[in-house]
Amino acid sequence: MLISMNMFLLGAAEHHTGLNTGDIIFQLLIFVILLALLRKFAFGPLMGIMKQREEHIANEIEQAEKHHQEAKKLAEEQRAFMKQSRQEAQALIENARKLGEEQKEQIIAAAREEAERLKEAAKKEIEREKEQAVAALREQVASLSVLIASKVIEKELSEQDQAKLINEYIQEVGEGR
Amino acid sequence: MEHKAPIVEWLGLTFNLSNILMTTITSLIVFIIAIAATRSLQLRPRGMQNFLEWVFDFVRGIINSTMDWQTGGRFLTLGVTLIMYIFVANMLGLPFSVRFGDTLWWKSPTADPTITLTLAVMIVGLTHYYGVKLKGVQEYGRDYLRPMAFLFPLKIIEEFSNTLTLGLRLYGNIFAGEILLGLLAGLATNGGVFGALGAAIPMMVWQAFSIFVGCIQAFIFTMLTMVYMAHKVSQDH
Repeated sequence: MLISMNMFLLGAAEHHTGLNTGDIIFQLLIFVILLALLRKFAFGPLMGIMKQREEHIANEIEQAEKHHQEAKKLAEEQRAFMKQSRQEAQALIENARKLGEEQKEQIIAAAREEAERLKEAAKKEIEREKEQAVAALREQVASLSVLIASKVIEKELSEQDQAKLINEYIQEVGEGR
Repeated sequence: MEHKAPIVEWLGLTFNLSNILMTTITSLIVFIIAIAATRSLQLRPRGMQNFLEWVFDFVRGIINSTMDWQTGGRFLTLGVTLIMYIFVANMLGLPFSVRFGDTLWWKSPTADPTITLTLAVMIVGLTHYYGVKLKGVQEYGRDYLRPMAFLFPLKIIEEFSNTLTLGLRLYGNIFAGEILLGLLAGLATNGGVFGALGAAIPMMVWQAFSIFVGCIQAFIFTMLTMVYMAHKVSQDH
């Protein structure tokens, strides 16, 4: 069978012009068919997925950039917040100190005032006591001297004259003191 | 090393059945690789998907080096298909060739000028098509008179020489590689023990080199495709 085929082929080759027109057409046809099939079944989907990947990656990069930006913003906010709270704490401490100072001043002033008042009261008391004592003494001295004088002079002087005399005398004593 | 080609005629067209077979197999392999790589697509690529995405990035690099992505983006699938197709085609002839009698059946399809020139004509045709489509007939026509009007004949010749070199470069490289592989294989099978020993090392070296050449040619073909395309498509040239 092989040989007979060869014979057939050789027979055909005898009036072969040299240009394989059939080959040309077949080659063109099969290449175009191959191209079309590949494009439909293999390359189309592959390019689709490559495109998809490209988009995916671009998306991811964008997302990452966005996240980065957000994190940066957040950190900035946090920093500002921290600064603010530190300032607030400082202010609070300052206030407390001022308040303490004020209270101290107040307490000291109140204490001083109280002391002054007490001193004043004590002084007044002393003054009054002294006056009382002087009055009591004066009375005592008067009656005593009357007693003595009446005893000494008996009836030579009236009681009024005697009181006058004693008053003068006491005046002298008060001035001399 | 004369081989007969399995030629048949049908409907007034001449077919080289070996070419038909090999282009079909090449297309099948490319298709299977692509489908296997994209069977379970994931956002985080794994295994084969990584490989295909690497190919895409590679071709994207080629396109970006010749034109801006705005106009070049539409040629990405064309470029990937081209580079994979030509690479697989180049590799197919390397491990072995299959012969029935005198007729060569299994070989690189790119070791046939008909195939490579067909590809080249298709590419150049596409560049003209996109040139007209993207720049309009007037701009496209005026490009033939740039930079100087008297260069017009050269511009016409350039189109044909581009096509020829694009196709024949690929064909020549791969065909030469296969011829030498065939010679070495002949030496190994016909030269007895010493022949086999003597052929083994050069064969390995040459196969390694052919793999290299196959990669380079696939890259060059795709690169030149994009260069010609950029010539026709980009605005400032």
